[in-house]
Amino acid sequence: MKHTAIDTKNDKEPIVELNDVWVAYDGKWILKSIYFNCYPGEIFGIVGPNGGGKTTLLNVILGLVSPQKGSVQLFGSQPDKQSRLEVGYLPQISHADQSFPVTVLDVVLMGLYSRIGLFHRPDRNSKKIAMDLLSQINMADHATRPFAVLSGGQQQRVNIARAMASKPKLLVLDEPSTGVDSVAQEDFYELLAKFRNEQGISAIMVSHDIGVITSHADQVACLNVELHYHDEPDFCFSPDITKKVFGKDLKVIVHDDKCATCYHRHQDHD
Amino acid sequence: MINVQPVITGIKTMIDIFSLQFMQNAFLAGMMLSFVLAVVSFFVVLRRLSFIGVGVAHSAFGGVALGALLGISPTLTAIGFAVVVSNAIGYIGKKGHLGTDTAIGIFFPLAMAMGVIFIGMSDQYNVDLFGYLFGNILAITRQDLIITAVLGGLVLLSTVLFFKELLFVAYDREVAFVSGMPVAFLDHFFLTILALSVVISMKIIGIILVSALLVIPGAAASQITHRYNSMIAVSILIALISTSGGLIISYYADLPSGATIVTLASLIFFATFTVGQTRK
Repeated sequence: MKHTAIDTKNDKEPIVELNDVWVAYDGKWILKSIYFNCYPGEIFGIVGPNGGGKTTLLNVILGLVSPQKGSVQLFGSQPDKQSRLEVGYLPQISHADQSFPVTVLDVVLMGLYSRIGLFHRPDRNSKKIAMDLLSQINMADHATRPFAVLSGGQQQRVNIARAMASKPKLLVLDEPSTGVDSVAQEDFYELLAKFRNEQGISAIMVSHDIGVITSHADQVACLNVELHYHDEPDFCFSPDITKKVFGKDLKVIVHDDKCATCYHRHQDHD
Repeated sequence: MINVQPVITGIKTMIDIFSLQFMQNAFLAGMMLSFVLAVVSFFVVLRRLSFIGVGVAHSAFGGVALGALLGISPTLTAIGFAVVVSNAIGYIGKKGHLGTDTAIGIFFPLAMAMGVIFIGMSDQYNVDLFGYLFGNILAITRQDLIITAVLGGLVLLSTVLFFKELLFVAYDREVAFVSGMPVAFLDHFFLTILALSVVISMKIIGIILVSALLVIPGAAASQITHRYNSMIAVSILIALISTSGGLIISYYADLPSGATIVTLASLIFFATFTVGQTRK
């Protein structure tokens, strides 16, 4: 399943723009000469091995890590508190304490906290917004359940609802497939495409899972310290590039329409 | 016919307890502290900062000793010491990439060492240092009650005001930061209310033992509840039972109050742990 970006690159300014970005930790380059643009309505996938700098790249985009060299623009300015308000962030599923005593509704409401403001509690309107989002992800019936009892896939859907609560223009997703089974992954990416198609939202996602990213992104780049950027997702996986990014013994198993085990599922969707 | 004699005896004895001024003070202070420590322990447990209570409490000892040396209120100097050390633990732990536990490992003995040096330099022996270390309900004055009410009220009020932000940061600080929460401010705010909670608990529970009540009510509540509002309510209930029950037991059995309160709280924790396990 591939999607076409709503807006073309030519008539829009990029919402994220990295020019010749270099980042080092302890004298070792983690990112080298990164040029990267993401446009409105675009789902951008970045794949690469663990330790290849994927999370660092997201942190640079969000302004959580300052590059030693190069420039970063998020919605036309340096990433700061103001520009980050336009971003919905989805960390890895294992990031938060999974036994934390909150309900599904509480988690989605957290996405509204910055808009509610200091010293105010979520009111009826906030709860309505959160419930609407839960309805959109078919989780309204679970609103009062503890978040901890949900499956990995359900938790990830709730996390995307939390990220969407503040009406962001860009979603940043760190390893969205981790801890989520393949059926739930499909549902998750369909949801992402739905938000993009209906609201024109952009997404930048990083993963070490090549198959998933290539199936659901408009643009794919491969990252292993350096970024190999290409227009066509399939082209990314030329033997030359995969060897450079993942090493020589990589076997690529792409989960797409040709995948035999998922054939019937795709038939059903069609 | 029902024998009501034991009930009447029990009521009479309770009236006896509350006719004593020091027990009135102790109960009043204990009730106020229960609310404060329970709410703070809720966040201590969720932020997985249990050991910080030990570090901050011991730093208060340095402050008490400084007060004794300078001949001023040990409570005032303990507030200063605990607030500074608590925030320094947070700052050095983060900026030095050490983690909170290592920073506690540095400041805890440092503050204690300074306390010992201050005592060594002091020629005043009128401050009951042992009472501050292990708690002494006989030493609770009207002034202590006022300080507990004011500082405890301040801690509770400010926690209510910043509740949703504190909750978000405890749950997922990275997402909270990206979505605009003032994470650094909230970290230092939390360390400050933790320090204040420790100081107002010194006289009744003691520096050595107060860290237990910064952990146990929240930890015990987490075993039997899965929602934050019920976890806070149960945490407060456990703290109230521990302090009031501990004070009554310590009065009758002639036991140290702080140690009795902490022992009772620990027993409640084991009970909730067992209940939590049997539910699974």
